[in-house]
Amino acid sequence: MAGSHKSNITPPRWLLAELTYACPLQCPYCSNPLNYAKYPSELSTDDWKRVLTQARKMGAVQLGLSGGEPLVRKDLSELVKHARQLGYYSNLITSGYGLTEERIVELKQAGLDHIQVSIQASSQELNDHIAGTVSYEHKREVAHLVKKHGYPMVLCVVIHRENIHQMQQILEMAEELGADYLELANTQYYGWAHANRDLLLPTREQFEQAEAIAQAYKERVAGKMKIYYVVPDYYEDRPKACMNGWGTTFLTIAPDGVALPCHSARELPGLDCPNVNDYSIEAIWNESKAFNFFRGFDWMKEPCRSCDEKEKDFGGCRCQAYLLTGDMYNTDPVCSKSPNRHVVQEAIDSAKSASLVPGEKPLIFRNSKNSRDFA
Amino acid sequence: MTIDPEKNIHFSPTHRLQWEEAQQKDVILYPEGMVELNQSSAEILKLCNGSRKVEQIVEELERKFETTGLGNDINAFLEVALQNGWITQE
Repeated sequence: MAGSHKSNITPPRWLLAELTYACPLQCPYCSNPLNYAKYPSELSTDDWKRVLTQARKMGAVQLGLSGGEPLVRKDLSELVKHARQLGYYSNLITSGYGLTEERIVELKQAGLDHIQVSIQASSQELNDHIAGTVSYEHKREVAHLVKKHGYPMVLCVVIHRENIHQMQQILEMAEELGADYLELANTQYYGWAHANRDLLLPTREQFEQAEAIAQAYKERVAGKMKIYYVVPDYYEDRPKACMNGWGTTFLTIAPDGVALPCHSARELPGLDCPNVNDYSIEAIWNESKAFNFFRGFDWMKEPCRSCDEKEKDFGGCRCQAYLLTGDMYNTDPVCSKSPNRHVVQEAIDSAKSASLVPGEKPLIFRNSKNSRDFA
Repeated sequence: MTIDPEKNIHFSPTHRLQWEEAQQKDVILYPEGMVELNQSSAEILKLCNGSRKVEQIVEELERKFETTGLGNDINAFLEVALQNGWITQE
């Protein structure tokens, strides 16, 4: 597999820099690995600058500054400044927690292009419950300050069973806060979200109702606020074109310097994901085993291998195939052509049963104590 | 939303127009997204700097490329640009 597609390798366009796993919030659907506490080391400022420089040289242009909570890094403005000088479009992906007006101005002066603020719900009570931290009023204040200082703002709301009934109010809140974009991100069931799936996965009826509300609102605010809808793939017939194809577009660097073809790939067995402390970005992207692992189509099993849609969705998500079927080479079981499609239906049924006996099982919040239990 | 011929056209303050060396293309960058531009689209957008109306943009490009009859194409592109939020007239 490795190296068989070298002539077709496209350069990275998107660099996701997970600056830290530290986070003051405890969202139970966090996309960080369950055992993140096992990886406490963080790249230095100079390491990150080197990574930014090398990836930019290859053609990366969109930069996501993420985490954990990226605001925890004291060198954030310095990194933003370096990114701006290199010509990146930099996106700060934040909970907003701890963001002051002073820092918003400082980041603007450093050249930050955009701030994405997450809000967990449209009411204080539910937001603070899901975030595991009192943060609702602060987040609203941050959203106002982001707009006051001329940034484009994406408001990101992760949708799941506990807040899906608030769809109308979430849309109204986004409009009121002046969001330029509202990202309605149906929970993707990896990491913490997978561990909490029985408590987070809504029913098909709930999805359809919420989607209809969002669709109607989208037309009403056209030209003013764009709405991105991240599809709930458990209720789809075809898998998502995950990462736009493995090793074609996206490069994630985890806090400890491990380079990943997608932010969940650290959970896949046997990839030997390389570290930026040992290799250049160019070597990692072009030569490493991990980045070549699922490039192209030769790795595929049936039904993907002979499928006429494989160039559209690349067989779906490798992490989902691994998580739900135990074999990362399998067709993403979301696909109706997958012989494992029943595992998705079982997950849906299991979540529905759990919803009938509320409170039986508590949410596992994302924090270091719980993470150590998974380590 | 449609282009007002009486108003100057600005490139959106929340988007960035930039030459990408690696792609040998001009691109528009915005939150978590990018649009690759062909040369004629890029030429039009570079003139949307707040000091010109549609008519002046057409004149300038016709002069630059020593041609005539670009009006319809430029208007059509600017309508698309406006719908996408790449330009404003406020």
